[in-house]
Amino acid sequence: MTEKMLEIEDLKTYFYGDEGVVKAVDGVTITVNKGETVGVVGESGCGKSVTSLSVMRLLQDTPGEIVDGSIKFEGKSLLNLSEKEMRMIRGNDIAMIFQEPMTSLNPVYKIGKQLEEAIKLHLRYDKKKARIHAVNMLNLVGLPRANEVMNEYPHQLSGGMRQRVMIAMAMACNPKLLIADEPTTALDVTIQAQILELMQQLRNESNTSIMLITHDLGVVAEMCDRVVVMYAGEVVEESDVYTLFENPKHPYTKGLIGSVPKLGQDVEKLDSIPGNVPIPTNMPSGCKFAPRCEFAMDICWKKDPVLLETNDKHACRCWLYQDQEKALEV
Amino acid sequence: MATPLVELKNIKKYFPVKKGVLGRKNSFVKAVDDVSFAINKGETLGLVGESGCGKSTTGRLIMSLLELTEGQIYFEGNQISGLNDNQIRNTRKNFQMIFQDPYASLNPRMKIRDIINEPLIIHGFNKEERMNRVTELLEIVGLNAYHADRYPHQFSGGQRQRIGIARALAINPKLIIADEPVSALDVSIQSQILNLLKDLQKSFNLTYLFIAHDLSVVEHISDRVGVMYLGKIVEIADKKTLYKNGQHPYTKALLSAVPIPDPKLKRERIILSGDIPSPANPPSGCTFHTRCPLATDICKEKVPKLREIGEGHSVSCHLI
Repeated sequence: MTEKMLEIEDLKTYFYGDEGVVKAVDGVTITVNKGETVGVVGESGCGKSVTSLSVMRLLQDTPGEIVDGSIKFEGKSLLNLSEKEMRMIRGNDIAMIFQEPMTSLNPVYKIGKQLEEAIKLHLRYDKKKARIHAVNMLNLVGLPRANEVMNEYPHQLSGGMRQRVMIAMAMACNPKLLIADEPTTALDVTIQAQILELMQQLRNESNTSIMLITHDLGVVAEMCDRVVVMYAGEVVEESDVYTLFENPKHPYTKGLIGSVPKLGQDVEKLDSIPGNVPIPTNMPSGCKFAPRCEFAMDICWKKDPVLLETNDKHACRCWLYQDQEKALEV
Repeated sequence: MATPLVELKNIKKYFPVKKGVLGRKNSFVKAVDDVSFAINKGETLGLVGESGCGKSTTGRLIMSLLELTEGQIYFEGNQISGLNDNQIRNTRKNFQMIFQDPYASLNPRMKIRDIINEPLIIHGFNKEERMNRVTELLEIVGLNAYHADRYPHQFSGGQRQRIGIARALAINPKLIIADEPVSALDVSIQSQILNLLKDLQKSFNLTYLFIAHDLSVVEHISDRVGVMYLGKIVEIADKKTLYKNGQHPYTKALLSAVPIPDPKLKRERIILSGDIPSPANPPSGCTFHTRCPLATDICKEKVPKLREIGEGHSVSCHLI
């Protein structure tokens, strides 16, 4: 039996703004098993980042609130913990890498100080030991001249180096779960390749579970075991990575895969999904993808389909694969 | 042979860096360092490279938005570099630019009608012509006539990029320089814009210089592709040759670094070590030698020249 690391169940995170309620995450269920890399894919505004912030409970300073659902880490609910208890989990058991390495490092502290802070707090090392550990971590992530970097400020490093520092910081306390929110989006391709390889290597060595949030299907194909596709605050499809690319079911997933130009594949015209992502304060009733879907039927406009497991761990939220008559009776 | 639409001859752009208390100029960032290429009528030339390689600066130099340090630019056989402001304005109606950030490149205080009108006013269209043209342009790029009275904030990213394209098309330019036109957009929107650009090229016989960092996007849209590294073109060839048979070690590494959305494909990766060196202090000899897996002694000393190794295929590397 695989051990479950993170279980997000029916999570609802709403934002209360001037123009009404924004249901950023609306009933999302994601499970990450031990040693597994789960990709969360979707376009801007689909709720993938809010899901990760909800897990880390980092929404206090926003108008956002977890309204319903549960988040369990190693079987223990995270939502009932006090802020103090949560702080012991953050950075220690669950670590996070953010998209923008420049804005997620403090510009006025030296790299060494920022790295040592977490190590001293969580591993309870003294100053000397913390420093040695920090330098080891920088070496581990392949930063050249680690000793000097310890005494430098973030602005003195390049984007790739800063992202390595972020990874070193995240991995410093040997977390059981790593949440990486678009970790390579701001980087150049050759640097992205370095960082992805580093993450794979760290995963293989320490068997860390990873929840990888990205919009890049190429990164998903290369890194993940399982993929969750999100659209407008909901999970629309979930399966293992091979099935998803070979046999996508949901029209949105199909459209997404067809929209990406592939290296070495010369096509005259790309598939594209017409229209735009719906405005969050004005969600369509019924299936949220219906206005952009070429297969939309009557029922799609009336009733939102459920996420149904069709066969062997392949789940899809679409009326094309569900018994419509039964649904109408209910 | 037909005259190319645009030809660059050994263009250079050095930005001075002020150092010291007196602000004496004593060093330069060599953003573009001896670049030559030509764009033929009706084709799309893609320019790829990583951040800071000088691809955007090259685009801006062609637009005459920046002054050349050295070299010449020809448009339909006539030299356009070194003209004064008035003369440039006259030739510039032949080129237009599409920018990367659809949020920053439209004035938030102007209605869409006025945004698209502006180039028409500058190039002397009368009022009636202008009004008809705006409606026509909006429909060409897939928007509606009633959008003309709205403001940019009322549109999504993809729609704004369509407005940017309508503005660029307004005065029937011959060349469009698109600087990362889709990199700020979501994938499903990105493909809409790429398809639109391809359709427009066919209908209006446009020539594109397509600047981007995404190699798959560039492969999709281009006929020929140039690869830039630290202000220099390291390889240029037609699309098929470059992607199937790229010769320069940097081209190979770049291609192997692109993640491909197919989990069954397991490739040998060439992982380059280190970062891109600073263009203010580029390495001696071949600028790529610090990261090149094949570098030998000669690479550290001698700057390689861009040499033609096949029809329309040029590489600058000592080892080829």
